[in-house]
Amino acid sequence: MYPDYMLESIKKVEQTRPQRFELAKKHGKQVYPPMGEKERGDILANYHPDYKDDALREVQVGPNKGEKLTAKVSDMLESHTRIDPKKFDLNKPDHVTDVLVIGAGSAGMSAAITAAGNGSKVIIATKLRLGDSNSMMAQGGIQAADQKDDSPILHYLDIMGGGHFDNKPELVKAFVKDAPSAIKWLSDLGVMFDKNPDGSMMVKPGGGTCRSRMHSTRDYTGAGICRVLRDEVYNLPDKIKYLEYNPVVELILDDKGQAAGAITYHLGTKQYSIIKAKSVIISTGGYGRLHIRGYETTNHYGATADGLMLAYRAGVKLLYMDSVQYHPTGAIFPEQIVGFLCTEKIRTMGAQPVNKNGELFVYPLEPRDVEASSFIRESHERNLGITTPKGLRGIWLDSPLVDMINGEGAINKYLPAMHRQYARFDIDIAKYPMLVFPTLHYQNGGIEINKDAETTIPGLYVAGEATGGVHGRNRLMGNSQMDLIVFGRRSGLHASERVKKGVKFGKMSLEHVYSYEKEVDEINIDKNKIAPILLPDYIPNHVKEKQVDTEYFGTLI
Amino acid sequence: MMKSKENMVTVYIMGDAYNVPESSTIITAMEYSGFQLTTGVGCREGFCGACATIYREKGDYKLKGGLACQTVVTDGMTLAQIPFMPAEKPIYDLKELKPDINTIKELFPTIFRCVSCNTCTKACPQDIDVMDYIQALKKGNIAEAADISFDCIRCGLCALRCPAEIVQYNAATLARRLYGSYLAKKSPEVDESIEDIKAGKYDKELEELTKMDRKTLSEKYYARETKLR
Repeated sequence: MYPDYMLESIKKVEQTRPQRFELAKKHGKQVYPPMGEKERGDILANYHPDYKDDALREVQVGPNKGEKLTAKVSDMLESHTRIDPKKFDLNKPDHVTDVLVIGAGSAGMSAAITAAGNGSKVIIATKLRLGDSNSMMAQGGIQAADQKDDSPILHYLDIMGGGHFDNKPELVKAFVKDAPSAIKWLSDLGVMFDKNPDGSMMVKPGGGTCRSRMHSTRDYTGAGICRVLRDEVYNLPDKIKYLEYNPVVELILDDKGQAAGAITYHLGTKQYSIIKAKSVIISTGGYGRLHIRGYETTNHYGATADGLMLAYRAGVKLLYMDSVQYHPTGAIFPEQIVGFLCTEKIRTMGAQPVNKNGELFVYPLEPRDVEASSFIRESHERNLGITTPKGLRGIWLDSPLVDMINGEGAINKYLPAMHRQYARFDIDIAKYPMLVFPTLHYQNGGIEINKDAETTIPGLYVAGEATGGVHGRNRLMGNSQMDLIVFGRRSGLHASERVKKGVKFGKMSLEHVYSYEKEVDEINIDKNKIAPILLPDYIPNHVKEKQVDTEYFGTLI
Repeated sequence: MMKSKENMVTVYIMGDAYNVPESSTIITAMEYSGFQLTTGVGCREGFCGACATIYREKGDYKLKGGLACQTVVTDGMTLAQIPFMPAEKPIYDLKELKPDINTIKELFPTIFRCVSCNTCTKACPQDIDVMDYIQALKKGNIAEAADISFDCIRCGLCALRCPAEIVQYNAATLARRLYGSYLAKKSPEVDESIEDIKAGKYDKELEELTKMDRKTLSEKYYARETKLR
């Protein structure tokens, strides 16, 4: 439960609530004027963490050399390989397959199911278990313009505007056109979308959308999708083989420069394996566990940007790696859930952000970067935030409005995960607001692909959060879930089509690892700094000092 | 990270004593003690079911179950993780199935051994009425089972404690897929939108948009009308 001093502030929130409820009844979601182009630009420049002087740093090695990237990303990319390439006889693969999928979230599993359906033999190699991913944790929804008052045109505009028009048009076009069929594909696989009594999809708006096109499965949307895909993978044992606790640590190319497989490292037995494959799909997700700028994260334990490192070392360019998504509403109290996601769906169902005096200060559904920046301004610059006993500062998300607007029990029915999360700490979010502040959420940029999800390396595909270009420099709610399915399926289809056409391998090679090592050596990087990072390191220093010869998976510095 | 000035408690991880900050969850307590976790850990936010843990609290004879990322330690707690459940999982092709009791009987015959002891429900860290959905499935009420089991994260604690050897969470997964694919009312607007796209209704305008310069596109974006439900 909240301490007394917070309850004092909550009293003020309760006092203004009836007026704000009236406002919502009158104006729907538009209880505060949305910002125009100039206001958005100003608030981002002044308050978004990406715009701080030390946010970016020129990367000194690899295909983006000389370009300013998020500093922590540059740090990671300037790392040594985990392997000694000399020790691997690439002529003796441990596994041979048509399609290798690296990572098993919703993008990877969509890719695997699609490739298998198109006749390919598939191996999934994944760091933890099948389905262990950010996909599983997504809550709010998945966007598709399939309603009568909507169109792919409007969806296109929302995506481009939300991404500050930096998105790659061919990717966005493919995205909005595929989205409704992706919903159908998922429905047919048994995903239980929320529906109205007549069967039509129950849709909500999202930050930065001009129509209500957010489909959901309560507030377990990611899990609602990901667990179905996982069950489907389990049901295809003859076509899809999966290797768990087996992160990929390097890609293998051939001497013609095509993708030819990968090397995995088993986290339990410490064995390395060589997988030979005609097509390789990277679907390793994002980088929340890099804790950029010291931020807590909503991300999965395994979100350490492994795929970025793999593709980059192999010579593929990264796109928009100067742009980080901080989700506006991360929990900051109680301390056990600091950084956890408070889904945007709470706002799409009517919750309003208010300051310590219970005053509205922003349109609740601005694009995420704008919304997050306004929370930072309110909490710190305007000093109207609430400080926790641990010294964090945030604003109230007035969740009781959800039940007032949608009827009593709405929170329980449509936001069960959120309700449960707080109930575990004796807070009923139907009665009390939630204390929130931006939290590190999503990798806006990533590995560059074309509309077929292919990279500049023939046979190397990427899908999901690991890619860059779809969302420009800021992703909207619900478009990551759709991204996973659209480009997961596209990558699976094109990877398997390539197999069908026939692939002539040259000599298997790790030459790219040698040459990248040379670049890293030239800038004198510590030998112990290696990537992919694989797992973050949360062991406290006083313990680590005594673990004299412990081998750490986590190489965070 | 947690500060070491905090009040400390003693927990017994697989029997050995460790001093950890009292606000720790089981996961952070293990990490604080020096365990670099590769199993029994996942999303760390209560969505993935990777961190099923059994524990006993000081002075209590009861064996409890919980998610390590969501359970705060107590002084004297003894714990061990259950990183994997060697549970049976029937293989099926959803398209070949009928959403009725015969499918349930064939794929999950063990559920008819349920003795209604309610141990599964008591074991569930999500507070799902597990026994109720098993009873619903026994009656062939797939919709009810799908609804009740919706928040299942497949941690496996129900199956671990079940004296009848039922793998509740796998049966629930099937129930939800049968409901989503066969029993839920159809959404014709989705099919219609797919038809429109296939027929090329938006192609010309989309093509124009992809070629539009930034300024014109920005004007079009800020001028679009917002109509939210």
